[in-house]
Amino acid sequence: MTQDSVKTSGFKVVGTRPDRPDGVDKVTGRAKFGADMYAPGMLHAAVVRSPHAHAKIVRIDTSKAEAMAEVKAVATRADFVDGLKGEDWNILENVMAGEKALYDGHAVAAVAATSALAARDAAKLVEVTYEILPHVTDVDKAMEEGAPVIREAAANHSVPDGMHANVVRFHESGHGDVEKGFAAADLVVEETFQTEATHQGYIEPHACLAQLGNDGRGEVFCCTQGHFNVQKICAKLVGTDASQMRVTASEIGGGFGGKTAVFIEPVALVLSRKSNRPVKLVMSRAEVFRATGPTSSTSMDVKIGMTKDGKITAGQGTFRLQGGAFPGAPADFTAMCAFAPYALENVHQRGYDVMTNRPKQAAYRAPGSPMGAFAVESVIDELCNQLGLDPIETRLKNASKEGTKASFGPPFARIGLVETLEAAKDHAHYAAPLGEGEGRGISCGFWFNHGGETAVSLALSEDGTAALSVGTPDIGGSRASMCQMAAEELGISYDKIRTTIADTATLGYNEVSHGSRVTYASGLATIKAARDAVEKLCGRAADRWGIDRDAVYWEDGCAKPSGSNAGDFDPLPLAELTKNMGATGGPIVGHFEATPEGAGVSFATHIVDAKVDKETGQTSVVRYTVVQDAGKAIHPTYVEGQYQGGAAQGIGWALNEEYIYGDDGRLQNSNFLDYRIPVASDLPMIDTVIVEVPNPGHPYGVRGVGETSICPPLAAIANAVSGAAGVRLTQLPMSPPRILEALDQQANG
Amino acid sequence: MSKIHVTTTVNGDETEFLCDPRETLLDVLRDRLALTGAKEGCGTGDCGACSVTIDGRLMCSCLVLGVEAEGKSIGTVEGIAEGEELDPLQQKFIEYAALQCGICTPGILVATKALLAKNPDPTETEVRYWLAGNLCRCTGYDKIIRAVMDTAADLRGAS
Repeated sequence: MTQDSVKTSGFKVVGTRPDRPDGVDKVTGRAKFGADMYAPGMLHAAVVRSPHAHAKIVRIDTSKAEAMAEVKAVATRADFVDGLKGEDWNILENVMAGEKALYDGHAVAAVAATSALAARDAAKLVEVTYEILPHVTDVDKAMEEGAPVIREAAANHSVPDGMHANVVRFHESGHGDVEKGFAAADLVVEETFQTEATHQGYIEPHACLAQLGNDGRGEVFCCTQGHFNVQKICAKLVGTDASQMRVTASEIGGGFGGKTAVFIEPVALVLSRKSNRPVKLVMSRAEVFRATGPTSSTSMDVKIGMTKDGKITAGQGTFRLQGGAFPGAPADFTAMCAFAPYALENVHQRGYDVMTNRPKQAAYRAPGSPMGAFAVESVIDELCNQLGLDPIETRLKNASKEGTKASFGPPFARIGLVETLEAAKDHAHYAAPLGEGEGRGISCGFWFNHGGETAVSLALSEDGTAALSVGTPDIGGSRASMCQMAAEELGISYDKIRTTIADTATLGYNEVSHGSRVTYASGLATIKAARDAVEKLCGRAADRWGIDRDAVYWEDGCAKPSGSNAGDFDPLPLAELTKNMGATGGPIVGHFEATPEGAGVSFATHIVDAKVDKETGQTSVVRYTVVQDAGKAIHPTYVEGQYQGGAAQGIGWALNEEYIYGDDGRLQNSNFLDYRIPVASDLPMIDTVIVEVPNPGHPYGVRGVGETSICPPLAAIANAVSGAAGVRLTQLPMSPPRILEALDQQANG
Repeated sequence: MSKIHVTTTVNGDETEFLCDPRETLLDVLRDRLALTGAKEGCGTGDCGACSVTIDGRLMCSCLVLGVEAEGKSIGTVEGIAEGEELDPLQQKFIEYAALQCGICTPGILVATKALLAKNPDPTETEVRYWLAGNLCRCTGYDKIIRAVMDTAADLRGAS
């Protein structure tokens, strides 16, 4: 699509920090999250899950559960649509197991009863007979000869001959001649890295309230990053028309990518159809850990060559990602993002998507990118250390710029990596002296950002206010920024606009809130819808004045004649034009429906100081600074919040968080005590610098900011910890035992 | 299993309910009393989203049985505001954007009110350790800590 010129100055509302419109709801307990809705006659559901990592389901006996008076419905795979193909089949297979249970926690049956306690009791009475099969839960072992095959013939055409059947997707890209590049280097460093699977760790478990009649009409209220996607998938899995399935997004208690997938809504719908009652289904925390979206664990090899003065001559990476029991690990994204910050003549990367007996990996904030950055930025740090080079100057020397051919192919449009590096270099943090036992780490990070199908509607009211409907669930304060952008265009105040996340019956299809797309795509759509409304307002003014429509323009919330030739008329404020709009042509509504494709990529540079206690292996993050290009910060406070949140999640990933599987293939730490995310006392204040290099693809220059913030932390912290410990850490998380082991290995040569 | 009759006080109102002896106080608040401000993030006392006060003491309501509320005085997030007036802490959380998704906010507000009642002049470290039982996955805690510290300073200034 063609882009108008980018507005970069003269903003009245954009760039200010108004209170969020959902603030009062959220501080009073009034906001309705996924589990907060109740319906008359409602049943509670519970899911029966496999305790085995890999097992044939021989028989499911539901008779004892069904004999309970409180039980009104029991569902198994037989209650879902038969004959789905491709990804639809994959989703159904994950929602409810068919012939085999593929991971510890895989759903095999579900019950609905008159109380949550009765449902839990009934679930325990469902008797499942399993024939246990050999399993594999490690990505490297899953690629070895003789490893159990998760599913035959799951690989697609991208996988070269000779690979294990568990390798289901393969990606290869790059340019130049890496061997020639390595030969030209003064120093080549090659390392192998591992990262463990982590969970998005949203505090709100998946929850829904669903109703489905035998007439095929369904209603779902649920916490999701994309209710239109829920609509589409539910309709397919239960066998009804998408338009008959109305889905409303609740307030969402965190998602970070993990709530882009569908797990429970189709189950609740099937139970509702069988019982003819509304059904509420809420996951427990253990179910969230065992059966929903961890990110991929990885095993990676990275080799980089550098000249004495810091020029990278070649980069090569091999990235093996664990996908869990289904295809889809973002090995391609890892490969494509890993070297993206650098302008390389010679670069080559390969990615392997590998199936294992673990839950299907799900997107987690810039899926795939943080791990690749960990490997590449660690090797760059090692090269800088060995060559005695400054880590920021070295990165500046190699930084991608506008026109650089990206490591993954196309040339970059206008980008802000150099600006983030310069801002990091100039930041007081970078010049501050380090304390005893501390190390400083630097890392860059990259994410693509995304546009996607977007539809919004902006309806003006008679009193001169506006109701904006968007279809992208608000996962971090986006309703505030939508109101700001609409206010900017309409020329009315922020609080005269109400933004609603509309249900699926109200708007055209909206892709899920992912890819850092909301402020970009729904924001662009809001601006265009407001401009559409403004054009209609100008038309009404022209009609009233009896002049040509082209002779009217919009400024400061008023229609004005465009010059003395147009006529001498007093400006007409918006409220004046809407007051009697019924009589001057009817309701005024602005629209936008399209798939914006100008999402600008974004880069960040992080600075971390970490202190390592060599006796205990304990690391504390002493100081943290995030520098990131936002293109244009609509609501700077929420942009800072995204930067801080991404950094905090990265700190958890780097230092503590990991999925731990036993030899029995069962997850051993499915609770927040044993899977420890950062708590307030673990973290310092997180300083932020917002760099603004406008994205040419957005009317105000906005780039998505939500995801890039988690790309640099793993490497930045690893570089800081390695500096503090005096030994290179190549495995995440850098938990105390791992640090002690590394120190021990170093001491014993 | 027969249900048990419980008489208690919630946010100052005398309240009666019947509950199964296995139901938690959190279940009762949400499913029987329609007070859904307290959230269940874990059910094991690790996340603090269900924080309430019982006779003034901060507790995870998921670790307390509903029947244990007998004769007690329960405080939830719904009781923090005075009529239409937000509590200064609530106002400060909005002003500082000390929430993103908001699921942890009710628990953090209840926990912070309990802190400031005990200690009107906490250090940053004291605030961080007091709130270490309340998980937030969105914010990195930065803006939460600032909002709490600033509220405490305002309240000291006002008193």
